[in-house]
Amino acid sequence: MSIVIEHMTKSFDGTAVLRGIDLTIESGELVALLGPSGSGKTTLLKIIAGLEWPNSGGLVVHGADWLHLAAQDRRIGFVFQHYALFPHMSVRDNIAFGLTVRPRAERPGKAVIAAKVDQLLEFLQIAHLGERYPAQLSGGQRQRVALGRALAIEPTVLLLDEPFGALDAAVRRDLRAWLREVHDQTGSTTIFVTHDQEEAFELADRVVVMGDGRIEQIGNADQIHDHPASPFVARFMGATIELPVTLQAGRAEAPGLDGSRLPRRALPDGPATLFLRPADVTPLPDPAGRWQITHRTSNGALLRLDLADDKGTDGTGRFGIDLPRRAPEAQGLVPGARVDLRPEAGTIFPGPRALSPQPAATEFPRKEKSL
Amino acid sequence: MMSTLALTHAPGQSRTAPRLLIGLAFALTAIFVVAPLAFIFWRAFADGWAVYLKNIADPLVVHAIWLTTVVAVIVVPVNIAFGIAAAWAIARFRFPGRKLLMVLIEIPFSISPIIAGICYLLLYGRQGLLGPWLAAHDLKVMFALPGIVLVTMFVTAPFVVREVLPLMQAQGSEQEQAAVTLGARGWQVFSRVTLPNIRWALLYGAVLCTARAVGEFGGVSVVSGSIRGQTNTLPLQIELMFNDLNTTGAFAAASTLTVIALVVLVIKAALESRR
Repeated sequence: MSIVIEHMTKSFDGTAVLRGIDLTIESGELVALLGPSGSGKTTLLKIIAGLEWPNSGGLVVHGADWLHLAAQDRRIGFVFQHYALFPHMSVRDNIAFGLTVRPRAERPGKAVIAAKVDQLLEFLQIAHLGERYPAQLSGGQRQRVALGRALAIEPTVLLLDEPFGALDAAVRRDLRAWLREVHDQTGSTTIFVTHDQEEAFELADRVVVMGDGRIEQIGNADQIHDHPASPFVARFMGATIELPVTLQAGRAEAPGLDGSRLPRRALPDGPATLFLRPADVTPLPDPAGRWQITHRTSNGALLRLDLADDKGTDGTGRFGIDLPRRAPEAQGLVPGARVDLRPEAGTIFPGPRALSPQPAATEFPRKEKSL
Repeated sequence: MMSTLALTHAPGQSRTAPRLLIGLAFALTAIFVVAPLAFIFWRAFADGWAVYLKNIADPLVVHAIWLTTVVAVIVVPVNIAFGIAAAWAIARFRFPGRKLLMVLIEIPFSISPIIAGICYLLLYGRQGLLGPWLAAHDLKVMFALPGIVLVTMFVTAPFVVREVLPLMQAQGSEQEQAAVTLGARGWQVFSRVTLPNIRWALLYGAVLCTARAVGEFGGVSVVSGSIRGQTNTLPLQIELMFNDLNTTGAFAAASTLTVIALVVLVIKAALESRR
């Protein structure tokens, strides 16, 4: 079941939520839509499900135009972040729901449905919970039931909206591995939405990074990590340091900056911005260095050094870098000491730094757009 | 060692004040609620069982009870349907005039029923706006069952919505969306997902609606015309007997209305514990 999305746009009350999405998902793929809140990822998922309708664009699934198909007729499995189980039905009845609402002519017999439910309960490792009600289950168990309910109709596409968002970390890791197994065994095309990079990269074949209604980048973990396609992706992937540099023959140059470890880039000479992750920077102690250490904190494994550029007047301000606490050079790096910096890896985008950078991914408000 | 005795109040704090307040609450309830109710039954039975039964079996009283029942049987189902539809529309859809609709639904709560009655009289009465047209088609709305039903419907309109709407808003539409993705059609979504979720609130609203429909006096008194044996509902009949100085009879009829109210109250309490 390949899914082809073309030039899709959507706005709510005049606010653009999708600004032209083009995406093709191959049959049997497991794809993550990754992005901060408000990036439009959930809206895209709901449009594929038939729970929302785009303002323009195309949605073709296995050759069929799905925009002319009601949600009921698409045969998709949709899993909600908060499970959306039917509280007045037992686990068995929840899972059987999709089969029991079929028109009489297509509806399987009672025995067939019961057998199917048994099989799913077994497959989802919740065989002992069949007679319980949703209120009697833990979050992880509820999400398994929700997935079972979606799988019961043998969906052409499985869609999951932040499926592990409401669960605690240990359960989340468990279910992640389990979902991968389920995907591999059922062979269904699966799309899931998440704002958690780790989850996206660990689970998905391909990750689609979305920001502000657009697709910013598509790739696997290494590609997106090492070669972010835009400042947005770089920031979202944790590059919280943005230094103004001058490009000279493909090298980034700035006072106090040793750019020798960065590969040459085929970019025109001129002003540019260097995006760095706090852990990809080595401090070089130098009494005449550009940055002064203002703060030093430790989380046990890593030291965080807060640096202030008190000489420069270009507004690069303050930022923090990380290094292993047991690193030999960590000794002399105490508040008051001065350093220069040597980036070990980073990404350069031409043009001066945006005056008001968007906050990093973790600083986005957690409020999900509720539709 | 800490004391193992459960402390029900902070040590050193006097327990007199709470006891006094609780006592006061009970006393006031007894004086203002229980005593008058008890008095109704005491007066109803003042002349003995035989007189009581004779009063109840009075054809006028029987007719009033019957009329009141008919009104309730028509009004309550209509209001349930209206309540669900309005709650559904407001909770699930965004449309122009949604806020206005929410305000309009509340109007019967804030307007005195007698005003509603007068409005209907001005609209449907012989001198009213629609009066000539109704007369030409030989339709009798005022001083007849349709008028009583209309006014009662107006007065009781908010009860079901008010109970169902907050619940539907709190529950959100995810379960319904889930049902849709699983292939359920509109009616299946409603009957198998929406309705079971709101059933207690719906019953609760229906019970309150019934109590009000049965007891409505002000609005109905305007539009019914109080024709004995024809358009007198139970509350009107009680007033009539009272004015006729048939006190025992009035109290006997009142006792039936009170019994209905008490039964409704018990059902309501039972429903509340289920929710």
